[in-house]
Amino acid sequence: MIPDLTGALFVPDYSAVLVADLHFEKGSSRAHRGVHLPPYDTRSSLAALKTVLATYKPDRLISLGDSFHDQRAPDRLAADDLAAIRRLSDEMDVTWITGNHDPALPQTLGGAVMDEVALGAVTLRHIPQPCAQDEIAGHLHPTGIVIQRGRRLRRKCFASDGTRLIMPAFGAYTGGLNVKSAAFGGLFAAAKFSVWMLGRKAIHKVGSRSLLGE
Amino acid sequence: MNTESRDTFNAAAPLPLRFSEWFAGRGWQARPHQLEMLRTAQAGRSALLIAPTGGGKTLAGFLPSLIDLAETAGNGLNTLYISPLKALAVDIARNLDAPISELGLDINVETRTGDTPAGRRRRQLSNPPDILITTPEQIALMIAYGDMDRFFAGLKYIIIDELHALVANKRGVLLSLGLARLARLAPGACRLGLSATVAAPETLSEWLMPQAGQGGQKAELIFGAAGAEPDISILKSDERIPWSGHSARYAMSDIYKAISASKLTLVFVNTRSQAEIVFQELWADNEENLPIALHHGSLDVSQRRKVEAAMAGGKLRAVVCTSTLDLGIDWGDVDLVVNVGAPKGSSRILQRIGRANHRLDDPSRALMVPANRFEVLECEAARSAAKAGDQDSEPPLELKRDVLAQHILGTACAGPFAPDDLYREVTAAWPYRHLSRTSFDAAIDFVSTGGYALRSYDQYAKLKPDSGGLLRLAHPRMAQAYRMNVGTIVEAEMLKVRMISDRRRGGRRAGARSGKVLGEIEEWFIDQLVQGDTFIFAGQVLRFEGLEEHSALVSRAPASEPRIPSYQGGKFPLSTYLASRVRAMLADPKSWHLLPDQVRDWLSIQRWKSVLPEADQMLIETFPRANKHYLVCYPFAGRLAHQTLGMLLTRRLERIGARPLGFVANDYALSVWGLGDLSAGIRTGRLDLAALYDEDMLGDDLDAWLIESSLMKRTFRACAIIAGLIERRWPGKEKSGRQMTVSSDLIYDVLRSHEPEHYLLKAAWDDAAAGLIDVHRLAELLERIKGRIVHKALDEVSPLAVPVMLEIGREPIYGDADDALLAEAADQLIDEAMRML
Repeated sequence: MIPDLTGALFVPDYSAVLVADLHFEKGSSRAHRGVHLPPYDTRSSLAALKTVLATYKPDRLISLGDSFHDQRAPDRLAADDLAAIRRLSDEMDVTWITGNHDPALPQTLGGAVMDEVALGAVTLRHIPQPCAQDEIAGHLHPTGIVIQRGRRLRRKCFASDGTRLIMPAFGAYTGGLNVKSAAFGGLFAAAKFSVWMLGRKAIHKVGSRSLLGE
Repeated sequence: MNTESRDTFNAAAPLPLRFSEWFAGRGWQARPHQLEMLRTAQAGRSALLIAPTGGGKTLAGFLPSLIDLAETAGNGLNTLYISPLKALAVDIARNLDAPISELGLDINVETRTGDTPAGRRRRQLSNPPDILITTPEQIALMIAYGDMDRFFAGLKYIIIDELHALVANKRGVLLSLGLARLARLAPGACRLGLSATVAAPETLSEWLMPQAGQGGQKAELIFGAAGAEPDISILKSDERIPWSGHSARYAMSDIYKAISASKLTLVFVNTRSQAEIVFQELWADNEENLPIALHHGSLDVSQRRKVEAAMAGGKLRAVVCTSTLDLGIDWGDVDLVVNVGAPKGSSRILQRIGRANHRLDDPSRALMVPANRFEVLECEAARSAAKAGDQDSEPPLELKRDVLAQHILGTACAGPFAPDDLYREVTAAWPYRHLSRTSFDAAIDFVSTGGYALRSYDQYAKLKPDSGGLLRLAHPRMAQAYRMNVGTIVEAEMLKVRMISDRRRGGRRAGARSGKVLGEIEEWFIDQLVQGDTFIFAGQVLRFEGLEEHSALVSRAPASEPRIPSYQGGKFPLSTYLASRVRAMLADPKSWHLLPDQVRDWLSIQRWKSVLPEADQMLIETFPRANKHYLVCYPFAGRLAHQTLGMLLTRRLERIGARPLGFVANDYALSVWGLGDLSAGIRTGRLDLAALYDEDMLGDDLDAWLIESSLMKRTFRACAIIAGLIERRWPGKEKSGRQMTVSSDLIYDVLRSHEPEHYLLKAAWDDAAAGLIDVHRLAELLERIKGRIVHKALDEVSPLAVPVMLEIGREPIYGDADDALLAEAADQLIDEAMRML
């Protein structure tokens, strides 16, 4: 499996690109309350996704849930963004795994909607299940923090203990949650896990013991 | 309100008998400028009084109101008094009590600030006092109510205190728009501005008056008599003056002696961390157990009020303070001002010195204490500037797009408005006198829908046109949001500093938060700390234990060597004026006789170990230190310009593979360090200094840097909050969870890539260019040093480089160096195949 700088994951054996937590239309989600954030997060995320797909030319694209920020998000999509999303399924097999933000998705998007996907022995789902093995999930938006030569660096990251993997959030407006925080408690065996931090030009593997808490 | 005076007054007094008797009864005489203010105001004309501290300015402002109200009190709002400080408002109100009761007047004075209870604020609107003492933010809030015409109808006087300080920041810009509105609500009111001595009084007198379409009116300028020449000395210590640092520890026993010999001393410092250190050191020396207190903006408000009350009550001998005591009335009878560290500007130091002896006829006594050798030069320059009375105060701010957006929304909250009318009104405010209609319309568009070119929020517009062509607020709850968001002060995100008990050390649990709150500290500072790090705060050494919601948990630490908080040096950069004086002094050994022997020695050692640049040269030194390589240059152009230069240099160094890691800047020098050998690079010609410092860096490199600059992101965040795009984080009301809020950094990135010409990006760029990145000054510098760069490769740090080397950089660099660091952090066992399952 090949982790990408954008936070996507390429699985060559299945010719599949995995992304998690796109949160499309997060920017417009509070527009009705007068919060007019730049409505460009969906196209930013799509542009990054397009680059990833052009790099790996996969047969499958699997989005691991929370692809849309809320239930009404698909209705708010700009026409060109919707068209770009639909085009994805013309070019490859697209699967939208449901998440807590998007438990149901309209048919208009193209692709299949599923709660879980099996990739060989590995299960793909949105929320990591306690004690699960051979699982790839999203939901938690993992980030890691290291201090090196007096500099504190905080980056989105993949997190894995060898039996399960949690993907970083891909969306342009998504924040992160420290992998050392309580939400990650109990997910990894005996707190022994590694993170793959997304640098600018490379991905860096760091052991959990070198990571800082908040 | 000190008006005691031996001034002679020779004009016919327009004072009513009751007032002249009151003056006489106190052994005072009204001063010429007080009477001139009175005459001007009584003639219905506006006036700007410029007088040094202690000139009876506040009474000069209020005299017209008091005389008028002696006859007419009880007929609604007569006078608005606007001050930049909440605390000042309360004290001014208290100080008015004396003359009002002694004159036997029946005048109702009230304050209205953010602290005023909602019930009283409501009552004030229905039953206004004669005199209302308030702040620019409250003016904005009041005019955003719909039915204020009657409230302001009888307003006669608008007094604006500390005008020189207000105009140089966004609060003044906000006030200028408020004044433009008041001109419509209360057309008969005259404006009475009160200001300290400034560089350009004429500009200030224009600022006070309506501008557009009315031919650049000016308020009548009235000058108070100059006070006695201040008695300024520079500390001559037997101790060694440090080569670097800001703590001035060496001078503590001298400062203590000065305190001990005076009644009440104000010890001014430039930063909170300095305040903490000086306070600690003075107490360590405090054999006589003198009551010495601490006062700075991070301390809990109640603690600050206690200190002010103790000062006023004569219970203190010294207060160590930051600029929190720069402005405002006196809380005590100060007879000595000590300024620790660099004075930064001539106007600034004159203001501080004026804090001592609020009586015009006695000279103010001040002692300047340089904290290091560079500051000796700066103090010497400031002393001669102050003696010459040279001013270098900041000019008023021009056109701020974010403040305009806030004002437009506030206008809509007051009721439907015609854009044409509002445009006319806004352009009467001095900062907006050149605002184009296009820019104004863009502002309306931004307020209404965010103003996005590629996708519209039209269906969610905040402003909707009604049938009569007026714009009206789409929903009343948007007015609520406006009221929560009003104002232009955007603090760095702050965390409460909360003490935990010793028992809980190491084993912190969620939910337990019994400890005492010591104050607030910038989030970015805490962000640097690892559990167990120690720092000084609120006068004690603390150990950082961890974060809990919005508190930094700390315990008391016995550490004798605390890691000291470094709050980015002084907030104010060295003024261009003082900088040029310092540079000239350094380049001219003949002027060194003014300097202490130690400083002369230091410069001589520099000349021996390295080079002292000629007046028209800029020195660059390169040397290795620890496992890094350094480049230090000495442009003497002020910290902000140096920071920008540092940013651009590191970009260029990164491009040529020198792998820069960071930089620090102070007012005199800039130090860049990295992993690559810079001396070798210059020797082999791989690194060309002339090309490195070429002016072309202000083109593409500047643009490219700004894309990812955290400085720019900070500026953008402030603009986005002021303009109402993102909401303020109120203590206790933080949105929980990562799902609700979008960080302003992410918004900035997305906006920058999709709509680089957006309204708010322009606002942020204007702010940054004029403020934090100081492009103008950098451009002058690069032009000046062309072909005049002197390079010296050294084996170790030079004397001149020491001060800047000890500053700690806070501005991170993004790019290859980050990856280099991450790579270092990576486990040795790294699996190249990156197998994760």
